[in-house]
Amino acid sequence: MSVLSTSKRKLLLGLSLGGWVLGQNTHAQNMTSGRLRSMEEMLRGIESYPRALKTPLETKVKLYIPMLADNGNSVPANVLVDSAMTQSEHVESLYLLSQRNPVLIMAHFHMGPWCGRAEVNTRLRLAGSQKVMALAKMSNGNWHYHMAEVIATESACVEASES
Amino acid sequence: MNARLTWPQNINSGDVIKLRLLIQHPMETGYLQDFTGHYIPRNVIQWVKATYDQREVFHVQTSSGIAANPFFEFYLKASVSGLIVVNWLDDLGNEGELKQLLPVK
Repeated sequence: MSVLSTSKRKLLLGLSLGGWVLGQNTHAQNMTSGRLRSMEEMLRGIESYPRALKTPLETKVKLYIPMLADNGNSVPANVLVDSAMTQSEHVESLYLLSQRNPVLIMAHFHMGPWCGRAEVNTRLRLAGSQKVMALAKMSNGNWHYHMAEVIATESACVEASES
Repeated sequence: MNARLTWPQNINSGDVIKLRLLIQHPMETGYLQDFTGHYIPRNVIQWVKATYDQREVFHVQTSSGIAANPFFEFYLKASVSGLIVVNWLDDLGNEGELKQLLPVK
């Protein structure tokens, strides 16, 4: 870096910024829901979530997701719920919720004692940096959640399609 | 439509096994444009279900928030050798099916 003189640095910065601005224009897409949802909004978006319950418990559910994703097109996510998955105590529903995606519920897994293990893995598509929530409804009616933040340097919604 | 379902090699009765399911599907969100500037119509898988020995063992409702070529890993308590049938439906009304026999010792 020290090889570059100040003027060269400024020129390069200008070029890269210009390129970025041009790139923004060529990739202009209709992204109406680019706003980040609050946790309440996310919870309200789930039909079966009890209105009386302010916040779910922050135990039992663990969401493992990379902190940094090159782009939002395919982000691996692993959800692990601390449950024995027996007839009397199991996970009924497991939601993966997005804070920024146009569609709030990315996936809704229906689970039961037949699973034997309360764990799922999938690959998510994210519209930019945001928090992802894993929300589980247990058979006793309790709700548990875990949120994890992902930095996605490129949104899945502005990527030029192949074809 | 292609799909692949894999599981461990030797399965004994009572084992909890990990199944890996990969479905070939574009999962078009409807937010992307092609090179002519036209929006590519939305076409995502709405749900994926799997039955084992005619009992439902896996059910997920999906949206555009799932990456193209959806991949799922889930667990199942194996008891007897039985047929695993995976079904899915997308926005265009295309139904997919995958049938595989799960061998249990």
